[in-house]
Amino acid sequence: MRVKLKVNGYWVDVDVEPHETLLNVLRDKLKIRSVKYGCGIGECGSCTVLLDGRPVTSCLVLVAGLDGASVETADYIAKTELGTRIVDALLLEGAIQCGYCTPGFLVTIYAALKSGVIKRGDSEEVAKAISGNICRCTGYVNITKAVRRVVEELASSTS
Amino acid sequence: MLSINRVNTYRIPFTFEYYRPRTLREALELLRSVEEARVIAGGTDLLVDMKFRRAEPKALVDVSKLEELRFVRLAGSYVEIGSAVTLQELVESELVRARLPLLWEAVNSMASWQVRNIATIGGNICNASPAADTAPPLLAYEARLLLTSLDGVREVGIGEFFVGPKRSTIRSDEILQLIRVPLHPTGYGWSFKKISRTSFDIAKISVAVLLKTVEGKIKDPRVAFGAVAPTPVRARSTERAIEGVSLEEALEIGPRFVERDIAPIDDVRSTAWYRREVARAILRDSLRVAYERSLSSG
Repeated sequence: MRVKLKVNGYWVDVDVEPHETLLNVLRDKLKIRSVKYGCGIGECGSCTVLLDGRPVTSCLVLVAGLDGASVETADYIAKTELGTRIVDALLLEGAIQCGYCTPGFLVTIYAALKSGVIKRGDSEEVAKAISGNICRCTGYVNITKAVRRVVEELASSTS
Repeated sequence: MLSINRVNTYRIPFTFEYYRPRTLREALELLRSVEEARVIAGGTDLLVDMKFRRAEPKALVDVSKLEELRFVRLAGSYVEIGSAVTLQELVESELVRARLPLLWEAVNSMASWQVRNIATIGGNICNASPAADTAPPLLAYEARLLLTSLDGVREVGIGEFFVGPKRSTIRSDEILQLIRVPLHPTGYGWSFKKISRTSFDIAKISVAVLLKTVEGKIKDPRVAFGAVAPTPVRARSTERAIEGVSLEEALEIGPRFVERDIAPIDDVRSTAWYRREVARAILRDSLRVAYERSLSSG
């Protein structure tokens, strides 16, 4: 069946099978490789993308049901102003080691900052927002610091 | 019991027919006419089962976008929640937060943000997991479920809905249309607690408590547990034991009666022994919290 999706700002028509997930189609048909396959069962958050503006684990979404939906992925978000800030902060704080989880974190952090789920940037607030993203290298300390850095930058740039 | 996960979870390993009806009626007709069709809402449980081949439906009827199932509204002395409302939408609902604080607290503790954005309350109920976190609060509120088929609507109390692990009284041609939850009763304190490996993991044990206090005595206590019996359960003998007693007495008596109400098992998440011990402990914690809240809510 054919499904129309707005992916990273562009409308695309894709031929999909009923059993294909959003993750399958983004990676294999649209060749967007920033979307990572981790656990495949919605626990690790590596495959996080924005679906109609909300972060979801794309491994648990049937693409056949998404006709007309909009999808944004990490590589696109990284080029936005806020996304660039987040990437820079992750680099500066040493919040990336192997990097496999990073695109998922970027998407979640971006959504959380944009929607106000993260406002103050304290560790409790950040921990709740990113609890759906697993990092097996850094232990979250530097990731949390990076988020706080972005929150502080945004506060000082608007004041 | 422990085995290496050799399943490739990247793909669903088989195909099936997929239907996205535009109306509830169309969905109900599909359930009648298509062989071995299953309802899918968010799919966060079903798709995992399919990846592991624990479920192999021949056809899926997707109800997640049906407007007729997507509302949260005040209806007289009830809050009515459409079954395809996502868990995150419930967390963001001011109505749920203000009028069903016990349910709100449970949903706020469920899954991750990403999964809450997909998973629905109807899915959580209809999967009938003994560990479903929406169940203990709905049992305590004595919610009612509206099940619709082409034959009409029937209403069942949530206490009669669950019959065993992953088994409920819903028929294969029925769709859970909405959940009718009586408003949080005035002056009642509440508490939802769960123990799990991480906050968004499946509960090893969960408890919901609703009670009021009259002159320092507990009145109309409602206690419901998750993950300690084949279904989510009301703890009726515990409730009777603590009716009309002080908090101190309830903390002493309540935990002794819990064992009569639960039937925990050993599984990968916990042992039965651990669940029994922890059931007593979180009951005590929850009674204390609910009691204090009942005092401050007047």
